[in-house]
Amino acid sequence: MMSLLNFFKGKQSKDSSGTKDSDRGILVFENTSEVIRAETVLKKEGWKIRVMGPPPEIRTGCDLVIEFPLMEELNILRTLEAAGAAPLQTVPVTSPLLQPVDVFQTKDYGRYLMVRAANMKLTIHKETLAVVNISGGGCPDVPYLAQEMVGKPLADIPAPEEIGHTLCGYALQLAYEEMKRQC
Amino acid sequence: MLAVVGTVPDQDFPLIVGEVVLQDDFISIQGKRAPVNRGTPALLAAAVKVGEVMGQPPPVGYLVGDIGLGDGSRRLYAHLSENSVEGDINAVAFHYLQPDVDWHSRVLFALEEMAHRPVLIADAGFMYAAKMSGQASEYDLFTPDVGELAFLADEEAPHPFYTRGFILHEDMRAPALIERAYRYENAAACLLVKGQPDYVADRQGIHATIDLPVEEAMEAIGGTGDTLTGIVVALIGAGIEVGEAAILAARVNRLAGHYAKPTPATQVIDIVKQIPAALARVLGEKTLMSGNHRV
Repeated sequence: MMSLLNFFKGKQSKDSSGTKDSDRGILVFENTSEVIRAETVLKKEGWKIRVMGPPPEIRTGCDLVIEFPLMEELNILRTLEAAGAAPLQTVPVTSPLLQPVDVFQTKDYGRYLMVRAANMKLTIHKETLAVVNISGGGCPDVPYLAQEMVGKPLADIPAPEEIGHTLCGYALQLAYEEMKRQC
Repeated sequence: MLAVVGTVPDQDFPLIVGEVVLQDDFISIQGKRAPVNRGTPALLAAAVKVGEVMGQPPPVGYLVGDIGLGDGSRRLYAHLSENSVEGDINAVAFHYLQPDVDWHSRVLFALEEMAHRPVLIADAGFMYAAKMSGQASEYDLFTPDVGELAFLADEEAPHPFYTRGFILHEDMRAPALIERAYRYENAAACLLVKGQPDYVADRQGIHATIDLPVEEAMEAIGGTGDTLTGIVVALIGAGIEVGEAAILAARVNRLAGHYAKPTPATQVIDIVKQIPAALARVLGEKTLMSGNHRV
């Protein structure tokens, strides 16, 4: 089992998951693609953040937010603005946030291996490590991701987080990371 | 006549409404083509094949390009909320669309204003939005796979990505998930659960379990759930009752998969090509069984 994108690989020592809700805020973006971009920027800079589900009052159906330590708000916003990835707004956390799925299921077909994360399944040919199929999901980037990934070696394809835009794309990213971990 | 609402993974694909035909390994609508890989083109390809066997007109597609940014989906939602569906449509299937609760509700409202409300089927992203909106029971059929069933069963999850681990756990089998989805009003009148086995259920419980033939590789093949949805919606469009259509469709999809001799690397178009033979056989067996019952 793996936690989401190993999101505690921060340069700071304090683990924000143990802090009180009042210590945390969320960064809200226009769409999931922007969340993924901001996450990449912040992680590259070593910030300790988590990708989470939004609180009920701002949910639209296919969204993520970034949870961050409120004390670092100005520094984090400066980092994002410099990268051209500023959020729409920052909001203090007032209710529990949804945890993304962190349960994986693996199925061994002999010559093929399939990993499932939430509703997304990624299958590779064990010998060549080529992606042979992507199944599951219901958001419109799934057929697009499959188009870009199927038939190519795992090492040569773009990560789903780079070309995906939805939560299904993000779930496929988790399956992709788990597959890379296993192979 | 059947209408199918969904997306094509091509950002430049315009919003088009029209009859859909199958040419080689592509669907074609108003001269625009899209490959049958998975997603809505796979659903439509399966529906076209079923319609040919059943002597039905081609399905009407409401299609737009969207690669996950949601822009195409929103244009399609806007079109439907303003125009609903037009013509002699008795069933509407909603498929790969960006989940959006607000737009979903506007589209559903427009459909409910129709003089003759069609049978409503939701799968994929539109099913996610239907569940999250709290209006799942307005639908006649949902076609989730087991992962999506877990999402329907989790009353707190707004998307399968947030399904809680204790619900995803393998020990919680489909029958328990089905019961839980109905308990929290997060299921359509009928559920066709795609998996091993397939289940057809309603609020009263499971009515049919379809588990043969078994082709383990089917789970890995992208688009096999889409073909199953395409088969069932085409059968409903041909006038078959929802529960019966679901049972027939599950058998046809399994048989088509079996005929394709699949591996996990098989592509869904190879299964689509087997649908006419599989449907002919299942319909033949049904006729035979009906005859036997009469005796």
